Amino acid sequence: MRALDTAYMWDLVPVIAGYVPLTMFMAVVSMVAALVLAAILAIIRVLRIPVIDRIVAVFISFFRGTPLLVQLFLFYYGLPQLLSFMTAIDGITAAIFGLTLHFAAYMAESIRGAILGVDRSQWEAAQSIGMTQGQLLRRIILPQASPIAAPTLMNYFIDMIKSTSLAFTLGVTEMMGATQKEAAGSFLYLEAFLVVALFYWVIVEVLSVGQRWMERHLGKAVAR
Amino acid sequence: MSCNISISGLTKRFGTNTVLNDISLSLTPGERVAIIGPSGTGKSTLLRCLNYLDRPDKGLITLGDLSVDAERASRADILALRRRTGFVFQNYALFANKTARQNIMEGLTVVRDWSKDKARARADEILARIGLADRGDSYPSALSGGQQQRVGIGRAMALDADLMLLDEPTSALDPEWVGEVLDLIRRIADGRQTMLIVTHEMQFAREIADRIVFMDGGRIVEQGPPEQIFGNAQDERTRAFLRRVG
Repeated sequence: MRALDTAYMWDLVPVIAGYVPLTMFMAVVSMVAALVLAAILAIIRVLRIPVIDRIVAVFISFFRGTPLLVQLFLFYYGLPQLLSFMTAIDGITAAIFGLTLHFAAYMAESIRGAILGVDRSQWEAAQSIGMTQGQLLRRIILPQASPIAAPTLMNYFIDMIKSTSLAFTLGVTEMMGATQKEAAGSFLYLEAFLVVALFYWVIVEVLSVGQRWMERHLGKAVAR
Repeated sequence: MSCNISISGLTKRFGTNTVLNDISLSLTPGERVAIIGPSGTGKSTLLRCLNYLDRPDKGLITLGDLSVDAERASRADILALRRRTGFVFQNYALFANKTARQNIMEGLTVVRDWSKDKARARADEILARIGLADRGDSYPSALSGGQQQRVGIGRAMALDADLMLLDEPTSALDPEWVGEVLDLIRRIADGRQTMLIVTHEMQFAREIADRIVFMDGGRIVEQGPPEQIFGNAQDERTRAFLRRVG
């Protein structure tokens, strides 16, 4: 047993803090891209568009059925051997790419569930006044599905932030990568990983507070 | 806006069950027709097929110069048909994310491409006619059943449809709200809006309709002026039904 080197831990705080922006950048960009992709995939599934629907089902099944780490390695180390232009992509891009596809697969399923959760009569009413499929989704269905999906999507965002730590396996120096380097120099693994763990924890807690606020806010807007 | 309407050979199956069997019916402009009959005889399905909420398997629907043949109806045909028919749902089916006024405006701004101002003026005019001038900003969740159904009717009125379809508009209402909804429908009927209404309110049907259609087992059994159907029905099934509900 030895005492924690708290002075070292305090010294690490500004070092790791310097990498928070990169971690958040990867998380936010992946989240926005995944949301857009997931919404498209969900709509294809809900409308059962022939052929594409089957392809999407396989896509979702693959990205939910294999580990994120394996997917990241496939993109970063594997694909360049197949497609030569992929050799140019850096770790950050590969990580964003992998996180986007992985989380889009999960989020597509929750968005699909939320869309199906909107009462059938809302579709029929929109059809009855002559709206096109696109109009009724955009104006009637998606606005009502959003508050249903929001809490789950927020959980995926939290998961996404934590998953960016895997980017360090692609050689990206983000929060986790930076901590690893620091620890390798000082041999104070316990202190270093404890500090980075606290960083993730604080970020997630702050977001959870935001999530609870958002749920109250959205809950009011669609009170039935 | 009115035109001759004709339905011919309309047939709809759900699996092996033939819900509508070769239905033919014509309406002249301004005619008000009430459909009565036992439950499960395809009355609602007929209305839903006329709006293509259920797609008929066979049959031709003609509204003035628009003809939609079930066997080769394109997406554009279906939209055109829906834009010329208003539909009032049993369960109101107001857009939950829109206010009463927006529910009425929606078809005008989105489907008809009207400007916001023009649609708003029209919606306010309709809100006044349905007696809800002061509730335009309310969401459906804040309205009573009767008020919601009046907005549902207002939404269909806004379209200035060639044909208004009302699918048991008072069946889901608490008894206390039935009167106000029937009053509104009566006023629309008085304005000679061509309408097809499925209803269990026999007295009401008798009062507002020019013609009563009695359906049973997916077919039209008998039709005629109210005094004939209610006073001197020819078919035994019609008489039996009227004795039961009468």
